[in-house]
Amino acid sequence: MSATVYEKTNGVLRVYPEGRLDTATSPALERELHQHLEGVTDIVMDFAKVEYISSGGLRVLLALEQLMEERGGGLSLTHVNENIIEIFELVGFMEVVKVERDSERE
Amino acid sequence: MQEMTVSATMDQIGPVTEFVNTQLAQLACPERIRIQVDVAVDELFGNIVRYAYGSGTGPATVRVDVEDEPLRVIISFVDNGVPYDPLSAEFADTTHLPAKERPIGGLGLYMVKKTMDDISYCYRDGQNILTIRKSI
Repeated sequence: MSATVYEKTNGVLRVYPEGRLDTATSPALERELHQHLEGVTDIVMDFAKVEYISSGGLRVLLALEQLMEERGGGLSLTHVNENIIEIFELVGFMEVVKVERDSERE
Repeated sequence: MQEMTVSATMDQIGPVTEFVNTQLAQLACPERIRIQVDVAVDELFGNIVRYAYGSGTGPATVRVDVEDEPLRVIISFVDNGVPYDPLSAEFADTTHLPAKERPIGGLGLYMVKKTMDDISYCYRDGQNILTIRKSI
């Protein structure tokens, strides 16, 4: 996974990760993210440049969703490709996190 | 048959994935299947890194075989660590539970079981051998 860009406005953190959210890269993403969470109630993660996600990445998303829920907000994902949607559907993630498919352009 | 032996450490997940992808590219593997295999490699190699050698480390071998008619790729993950059959662990399907109530473990193996054609384990000559098969 390469450098991730963060933008924070009015309690909403926008995150733009790139590459793979796997066992090797997810712990670093989680550590990095936690440095930006002060005052954040909602996280929007843009998946346009995410190639795939394994259980390591799913755990990070699950923990973020729980944390944002406690703060009265939530986690949403945008521009998610079909291969990742398939993984989400397999593990029941579509019911847990707000997901916008890659085809649904803003 | 092609194989790659590395030390069972997190930083080897990238090189092992590239090795497997090189084999898949030669078979004109569609991207969707390549990604499912990559996720399986991540989960299974990751398990060796975390559990096979306790707090130490040791070697891990990834072996890629190809079968014809139908075209299938067979990938084995071999380690010399403590004997452990990950398939013996009872897996409860918790995917219907709300996020808060989900246990964290078991998700990776569940994904591998769902996406691969089959997965098998054997312990032979002091080695754990976990094998997945996937039609291309």
